[in-house]
Amino acid sequence: MAERLRPAEKFKRDRVPMREQDPNERIKNFNEVPYGYSLEEAIAEAQRCLQCKPPSCVEGCPADVHIPEFIDKIIDEDIEAAFKEIKLTNALPAVCGRVCPQEEQCEGACIMLKKGKPIAIGRLERFVADWAREKGLTDEPPKEKKQKRIAIVGSGPAGLACAADLANLGYDVTIFEALHKPGGVLVYGIPEFRLPKAIVQYEVDQIKKLGVKIYTDYVIGYIKSVDELVEEYDAVFLANGAGAPSFLHIPGENLNGVYSASEFLTRSNLMRAFDFPEYDTPIKVGRRVVVIGGGNVAMDAVRTAKRLGAEEAIIVYRRSRAEMPARAEEIEHAEAEGIQFELLTNPVRVIGDENGNVKGLECVRMKLGEPDESGRRRPIPIEGSNFVMDVDNVIIAIGQNANPIVARSATGVKTNKWGYFIADEETGKTTHPKVWAGGDIVTGAATVILAVGAGKKAAKSIHETLSQE
Amino acid sequence: MARILKKEQWSENIFSMLIEARDVAKAAKQGQFIILIPREHGERVPLTIADSSVDEGWVQIVFQVVGKSTLELSRMDEGEELFSFVGPLGMASEVEKFPGKVVMIGGGIGIAPIHPIARKLKEMGNYVVSIIGAKTKELLIMEDKIQEASSEVIVATDDGSKGKKGFVNVVLEEYLAKEADSVSKIWAIGPPIMMKACTISAGKFNKPIIVSLNPIMVDGTGMCGACRVTVGGETKFACVDGPEFDGALVDFDELMARQRQYVELERKALELYKAKEGIA
Ligand SMILES: Cc1cc2nc3c(=O)[nH]c(=O)nc-3n(C[C@H](O)[C@H](O)[C@H](O)COP(=O)(O)OP(=O)(O)OC[C@H]3O[C@@H](n4cnc5c(N)ncnc54)[C@H](O)[C@@H]3O)c2cc1C
Ligand SMILES: Cc1cc2nc3c(=O)[nH]c(=O)nc-3n(C[C@H](O)[C@H](O)[C@H](O)COP(=O)(O)OP(=O)(O)OC[C@H]3O[C@@H](n4cnc5c(N)ncnc54)[C@H](O)[C@@H]3O)c2cc1C
Ligand code: FES
Repeated sequence: MAERLRPAEKFKRDRVPMREQDPNERIKNFNEVPYGYSLEEAIAEAQRCLQCKPPSCVEGCPADVHIPEFIDKIIDEDIEAAFKEIKLTNALPAVCGRVCPQEEQCEGACIMLKKGKPIAIGRLERFVADWAREKGLTDEPPKEKKQKRIAIVGSGPAGLACAADLANLGYDVTIFEALHKPGGVLVYGIPEFRLPKAIVQYEVDQIKKLGVKIYTDYVIGYIKSVDELVEEYDAVFLANGAGAPSFLHIPGENLNGVYSASEFLTRSNLMRAFDFPEYDTPIKVGRRVVVIGGGNVAMDAVRTAKRLGAEEAIIVYRRSRAEMPARAEEIEHAEAEGIQFELLTNPVRVIGDENGNVKGLECVRMKLGEPDESGRRRPIPIEGSNFVMDVDNVIIAIGQNANPIVARSATGVKTNKWGYFIADEETGKTTHPKVWAGGDIVTGAATVILAVGAGKKAAKSIHETLSQE
Repeated sequence: MARILKKEQWSENIFSMLIEARDVAKAAKQGQFIILIPREHGERVPLTIADSSVDEGWVQIVFQVVGKSTLELSRMDEGEELFSFVGPLGMASEVEKFPGKVVMIGGGIGIAPIHPIARKLKEMGNYVVSIIGAKTKELLIMEDKIQEASSEVIVATDDGSKGKKGFVNVVLEEYLAKEADSVSKIWAIGPPIMMKACTISAGKFNKPIIVSLNPIMVDGTGMCGACRVTVGGETKFACVDGPEFDGALVDFDELMARQRQYVELERKALELYKAKEGIA
């Protein structure tokens, strides 16, 4: 049991840094970049927590993780108890500890932020979850079972979180997943070097241990409609994500060597093309790769391209660095890995050779004008500034939108003009009394933790509704 | 789940399998396809649903061995389970009782996907003329089943070893030269070059023609855009917007270029697999 520091000492100490793979090494492999805290490091970081009452950090967490409580148990060196505390509200701690934008959530609300050194809550959550996995701790199914049956469409973070909460309440839960592996973006989108797939698999297995059934290879809208699920189950939760790629609609976009980020990342992550020919799915990365976009997905694609052997991997983004939507941490990681940035630059046309392969990208330079509806300054092309970059691949990472397959088969569940389900923010209730929805298919592409939060709110509302019947 | 119930070899390179897939069989409609992964490290292979039985709970696939994945699949045995099998995918063929005759053209392995559409059309009371062709007699598949599903069948082989000598598009043109007035709809399924040729032939007589496109796919659910094709100047995703499209609007040259995207890597994968398995 480690000692509890006095407040003055807490303020004096700095955040415990996280060791990570050297950039020159890591660009040659797909292993995880940060190594995670040791027990000693975790305790030292936990000792800095002020144990505020009421804790502002929890306000910032859509999964309501009992943050001060679990941190206190780390100081006690009772990591098992810390794990149980986290698991009371969050079924995906090893995932969230790695990929949540903590700076906008819990750490953004931490009182220590005023001193410029918020508690590293994400790293501590990750430490506890990894410790539990290494020790092989498993979840227990609830003692009491309910008769009511719930169908969930999609096994991304929203579907998994909803399933775990309902299963813990004793409901009979079945998830239907289109792909051959559960996890949603966690398995097909986010790369191995940020979120190892074995970790996702482990947390999914824990949810299965609660009694949740997962049918993979089951595309709702084709094999079964939402209407049929409504007939067969007591409640339905739609969590099918925002999984349709946007393209630029510029000439040359269908040339060989142009990928959507979704295709590029799916080949590499889900199908493990980075390990071709050990795995059968091919991926073709040339010497010079351009990724278009400035968000997290673009950073993941460009860092993946570098690891797949691109000598030069370049981000092309139409605004300036200040407007880039990617997390600061991701941009820094990319810079450390030698990723180049062509800012205030917009693609105009992809140029192909006689065999239909990409050989160049024509771009135009941009300048920033007045702020637009989003509050960011609008990029305006500078006339006559067009130039051509020699490139072998163009990867388009400008966003995802709603895939209509599920909605088409859901009578009475209304969508908005972009095809997203209309659902109440607090409960996930849709316009159909037996159907709830949440995650990216309601909000548009957002974050893991918001999807987890939406899954939890829907679970609560489903439970309340079914308890009244 | 997804057990191989029955396997038959129909020619040197063509195999048929019945796969146990009760829920897929129940939902399957003419013109739709499935995606399977033979074994754990495998890739996702799209194949058309050639037939299905709700009572017996199976889906039939008919495939040609062209590379590593189809070779590996062809070497799996009855009783083995596929790593993954998902479907039905894609839009069903739009069938109805057409005013005149319907011509169904199947080239090579394309005869298999023609079959369920022809059968459905005939069930709906259409007069179905099937033109089926292959390189040579030994490679001509499903002749009996096509006979059953059609009102009239014309067989052609490139070398003349059976039926008429020549390509199916030439046979189509001969047929249309006599019968154009009575034909209201044409379907053509086979290699892109054959579908392109048939589209040109149908165009000469101003006849609408539907083709089924087979670009490289990954998920098959509209999530990745690997399967994009240009139809009428617009980008479409063949897996969810198709696979069937109005042939006259399809950019076949782009489709063919996109299909060649990974040839070197595919060759390497095949060579490695053969070496590992000791196949000559
Ligand atoms: C490359 C990339 C990197 C990202 N990085 C981060 C990050 O670092 N941090 C962060 O917080 N967020 C990140 N995000 C965003 C985050 O992953 C998503 O907001 C989150 O996964 C949404 O969860 P969801 O459950 O709503 O949907 P998804 O994760 O998209 O899951 C939906 C699931 O539904 C399945 N499905 C779809 N259609 C059907 C159907 N018809 N039938 C059955 N199943 C169906 C899909 O296959 C999928 O498994 C990233 C996203 C991407 C693409
Ligand atoms: C909707 C659809 C329906 C199809 N139906 C049938 C069918 O009923 N019978 C049949 O024999 N074939 C069918 N195909 C083609 C079949 O999918 C390919 O022949 C198979 O994927 C080749 O894999 P391989 O590893 O054996 O060969 P590879 O050596 O990998 O490839 C040989 C060629 O096949 C094509 N191909 C490769 N990978 C894919 C992929 N993932 N998706 C699509 N094409 C690919 C490429 O053009 C490639 O050059 C269909 C394709 C589509 C898209
Ligand atoms: S195969 Fe991925 S969108 Fe069609």
